[in-house]
Amino acid sequence: MTGTLPALGCTNTPVLKERGQREVFCGLTGIIWLHRKMQDAFFLVVGSRTCAHLLQSAAGVMIFAEPRFGTAILEEKDLAGLVDAQAELDREVARLLSRRPDIRQLFLVGSCPSEVIKLDLHRAAERMSAAHAPHVRVLNYSGSGIETTFTQGEDACLAAMVPALAHSEAREVLIVGALPDVVEDQALALLAAMGITNVRCLPARRSADAPQVGENTVFALVQPFLGDTHAALLRRGARHIAAPFPFGAEGTTLWLQAIAHEFGVPQAVFDAVIAAPRARAEKAIAAARQTLDGKSIFFFPDSQLEIPLARFLTRECGMTALEVGTPFLHRDLLAPELALLAAGPVISEGQDVDKQLARARAARADLTVCGLGLANPLEAEGMATKWAIELVFTPVHFYEQAGDLAALFARPLRRRALLAPLAPRMEAAE
Amino acid sequence: MKLTLWTYEGPPHVGAMRVATGMKGLHYVLHAPQGDTYADLLFTMIERRDHRPPVTYTTFQARDLGGDTATLFKTACQDAVDRFAPEALIVGASCTAELIQDDPAGLAESMDLGIPVIPLDLPSYQRKEGFGTDETFLQIVRHLAKPIARSAQITANLIGPTALGFRHRDDIVEITRLLADMGINVSVCAPMGARPSDIARLGAAHFNVLMYPEHAESAARWLETNCKQPYTKCVPIGVGATHDFLAEVAAITGLPIKSDTSRLRLPWWTRSVDSTYLTGKRVFVFGDGTHVAAAARIARDEMGFEVAGLGCFNREMARPIRALAKDYGVEALITDDYLEVEAAIAALHPEMILGTQMERHIGKRLGIPCAVISAPVHVQDFPARYSPQMGWEGANVIFDTWVHPLVMGLEEHLLHMFRDDFEFHDEAGASHHGGQHIARPASAEATPAAAAATEAGSMPAEIATVVEETATDSNVIWLSDAEKELRKIPFFVRGKARRNTEKYAEGKGLTRISIETLYEAKAHYAR
Repeated sequence: MTGTLPALGCTNTPVLKERGQREVFCGLTGIIWLHRKMQDAFFLVVGSRTCAHLLQSAAGVMIFAEPRFGTAILEEKDLAGLVDAQAELDREVARLLSRRPDIRQLFLVGSCPSEVIKLDLHRAAERMSAAHAPHVRVLNYSGSGIETTFTQGEDACLAAMVPALAHSEAREVLIVGALPDVVEDQALALLAAMGITNVRCLPARRSADAPQVGENTVFALVQPFLGDTHAALLRRGARHIAAPFPFGAEGTTLWLQAIAHEFGVPQAVFDAVIAAPRARAEKAIAAARQTLDGKSIFFFPDSQLEIPLARFLTRECGMTALEVGTPFLHRDLLAPELALLAAGPVISEGQDVDKQLARARAARADLTVCGLGLANPLEAEGMATKWAIELVFTPVHFYEQAGDLAALFARPLRRRALLAPLAPRMEAAE
Repeated sequence: MKLTLWTYEGPPHVGAMRVATGMKGLHYVLHAPQGDTYADLLFTMIERRDHRPPVTYTTFQARDLGGDTATLFKTACQDAVDRFAPEALIVGASCTAELIQDDPAGLAESMDLGIPVIPLDLPSYQRKEGFGTDETFLQIVRHLAKPIARSAQITANLIGPTALGFRHRDDIVEITRLLADMGINVSVCAPMGARPSDIARLGAAHFNVLMYPEHAESAARWLETNCKQPYTKCVPIGVGATHDFLAEVAAITGLPIKSDTSRLRLPWWTRSVDSTYLTGKRVFVFGDGTHVAAAARIARDEMGFEVAGLGCFNREMARPIRALAKDYGVEALITDDYLEVEAAIAALHPEMILGTQMERHIGKRLGIPCAVISAPVHVQDFPARYSPQMGWEGANVIFDTWVHPLVMGLEEHLLHMFRDDFEFHDEAGASHHGGQHIARPASAEATPAAAAATEAGSMPAEIATVVEETATDSNVIWLSDAEKELRKIPFFVRGKARRNTEKYAEGKGLTRISIETLYEAKAHYAR
C-alpha cells in the first residue's frame, strides 16, 4: 500500500473478474421503484410466471389495490406460434389502457423469455405509440436477467427514454437517476439557492414534465449504474459533469461543487449554501461513526452502488473495506470514486457466489453487505449482515440522508450488541 | 398471453425448490438465467431459513446463448456434486432454459456423476408451483423408492410437507402425536426432513399419510400401485376430519382408535355461550383446495357459520371443490385472478373471509375481517410459537385464529345498545382495532356534508371510498331522517345495511329511502 500514491486510490487496482452463479436480481426489479417515481406510467413485463412471481416477491405488491405494473404472461400457444404474439400483446395493452385512463406512459419491458424468442417489443412499442397517441406514449426496454443485473434495469429504462425526449437549445442541467421526490426536492433547493434554477430531472414525475435535451444540456448522474443512459445522452449532444456520487457529506459536496463550477457559482455563495446542511450531515454521520469506526466491511455485488458506498464508509465512517464487489464496473463513471477509495480492498466484478462466500468466510468482516438470499444463512454462521436491497429502496442521497445512510450500516452492529446476552444460549442450542 | 398483476402460485420450478429445500442431502441444478435466484429469498426471508436452498443456478447470459450453454450446465452439475456431495441430484430448466432446449436430463445422465440423477420435466408455460411440488416429489419417489420388506411394527410415512408450506412444520408434529397415540411410529416424513436414502425406504411403512394432496397425491398413488401401500384420503384439519382420519387409520391398520383428546378445546369453546354470536356468520372461503375443503367443513359444522361462497386458486383441485360447493349450495369460484376473487367477495358481502394473505388484503380494502387459512405464505404464516392446523391442537389454533378478527359477542351487543354513546361511537372504533379513541364533538347534529366527512374519517380511507362509491352508484336518494337512522347503525355493519337497503329499494322500484324503507329492508333480510 505504501507504494501507491494516495491520489490514485484504487484507480489502478487490478479487478478480480468472476463468472459463475450470481445471487442477484435481474433488471425487472427496477420497476418497483420506477413505477412509484413515474406516477402516470405503467410497466408491462412481457414474460413468464417467473417474472410475475419475482416482482411480487421482491415488492410485496399485495399492498396495492391495482399496481401500475403487471406481467403479460406468455403461454404455450404464444410460444408455439399458434397465435400471433404481437396481436395478443396489442389486445392486452388496449384492454389495459381502456381500464386505466390515468396512464400516460407505457413501458413494454422485455424479459428473458421474450428476448430468447426474439419478440420484437421495439416494433410493438412503435405500433402502439401510433395507435394510442397522443394520450399514451409507449416505449420499450429490456429488464431481462440475461442482459441486465438489478439496477441496470433503471439504466435501460432511462436510456430508452432519452431518444424520445424533445430537442432543446436551452442551457439546462439535467439530473439523471430516479430519486425519491423528497430527496430530489432537496437537491433542487440546494441548486436553486446557488442560483442554478434551469434544472430538469430524468425521469420526471409525470410525463408532461419530461425534460428536453440538446447540445447545451449538461447532465449529472446521481447513480453510478447509468452507463447506457450516459451514452444515450452523449449521443444527443449533452455533456456529462463528472463527479463522485452524492452519498455522504463529502460525496454530496463534491457532486454539488462540480455543477456549481460548471455554472460559475462564486465559491463564497457555494460555501454559504452548503454550510448548514453539510454540518448537519457531518453531525448525523458522527453518531453512526461511533459504531462503525474501525470496523471492516465486505460487499457482495448487488446494485453497483458498492464502490461509492465503500468510499463513503471508509472516508467518513472510519471503516476498512476488505472486498468491494460490483456486478459491473463502469470505469469511466466511477473514475472519481476509485481515485478517492484508498487502495487495499479487493475490487471484484461479476460473481461466482460459492467462491465469493468462501472469501467472505475467510475475511470474516465485521459487516457483510449481501442480498436477501444470503443474509440469514450468513447470520446463522455468526456473521453480521446488511441487506443490500435496502440501500436501493431507502432515501440515501444528499446531505439530509447522509446520517440515515450511515445508520443503515450501524444498525445491524448495534442490534448484535444489544442481543449479545442471548447469543451464548442460542449457540448452545444448536 | 394473460395479463397478471399478482399470482397465487409461482412457476413450477419454485415448486421443485420447495421439495428440494425441504429435503436434506438432495441438490437441484437449475438451468436458469441470472435473476431466477430471487427464489432463494422466499426461503431465507419468508421462512427465515438459516441455510441457502440447495440449488445451483447455471446463470447463463445473453452472450452465452449463441455459444455453449450445455457446457455451462454440465460444469454447474459437476461443481455442485463436488462442492455439496449430495446423495442425489435433481436437474431441470426454468422458463427461459426450457426455450433454449439444452435437455438438462440427457446432459446430466451422460455425465456419470456417481449418484442418482433425477430429471424433472416441468412445463413452465402451462403449469404452476403446485404441479411443480407434486411432480418433483413423484419423480424423486419413482427413481428412489422400491418395494421392500415391511417393518415389523406398524409404521406410517407422512408425505406431502415441503418447505414454504402453510404450517407444515407444526402439522408434522401434530400428526406424529396422533399416530403415536394409536401405537404407530412414523417411518419417514417426506419431502420435509427426508434424505434420498430415506426415500429409498418409504416402502417399509404399512401405509402413507397423505398430508397435502397438492404436493404428494401423485406420489401416494405411485406408492399404492408399486409398493402396495394404502394412503389416507382424509386430511385431518378440524375436529370432524380428525375423527374421520383416525377412523381411516384404524380401518387401514386394524388397530382400535385411541386418541388423547384432553388437549382438544374447540368443541367446548364453540358451545360456550359467548360463542352464540358466531351463529350464522356468513363466511367466504378461498385458498388451496385442501385447506378450503377443511375450512368449509369447520365453518359450517364446528363454528356454526354459514358458508356464503367458496373457491380455490389451484385448478388441479377444481373438480372436488366444485362438488363440495354443490354440497354447500353455493357456486365454486375457481380462479387465479385475485380481482375476480375481490369482485366475488364484494358482491357477496360476507361478514368474514377465510382466505389467503391476498384475501386478507382484500378484506382490509372492503372492511371485512379475515383469517388466513392457506398458502401462498407470508412471513406472518411462520409464527415462532407452535401453531399447527391439523389434529386436536390444530382445531384449537383454528378456533382462536378465526375468532380474533371478529368483533366479540359482548362487544357487539354493547356497540348496538350504546351506539349513540358519547365514547362508544363510530369514530372511536372497536377497542381491539387499535384506532385512536376520539371523543365525539358535542354538536352531534352536523350538516350532511360534515356528517359524511366524519363518517369517512371513522374508517381507513380505502374503505371510506368504497362506501362513497356505493352511495353514488345507486340512483336511490336517502331522505335525511333515514340517513340519520343509518348512521346509528354500528360502523362495521353500516355498509352492508346501506347496500341491502338500496338493493331492496331498487327491487321495489323506490327512488327514495325513508326510515320505513330502512326497517322494511332490515326485516326482509333478517335471518
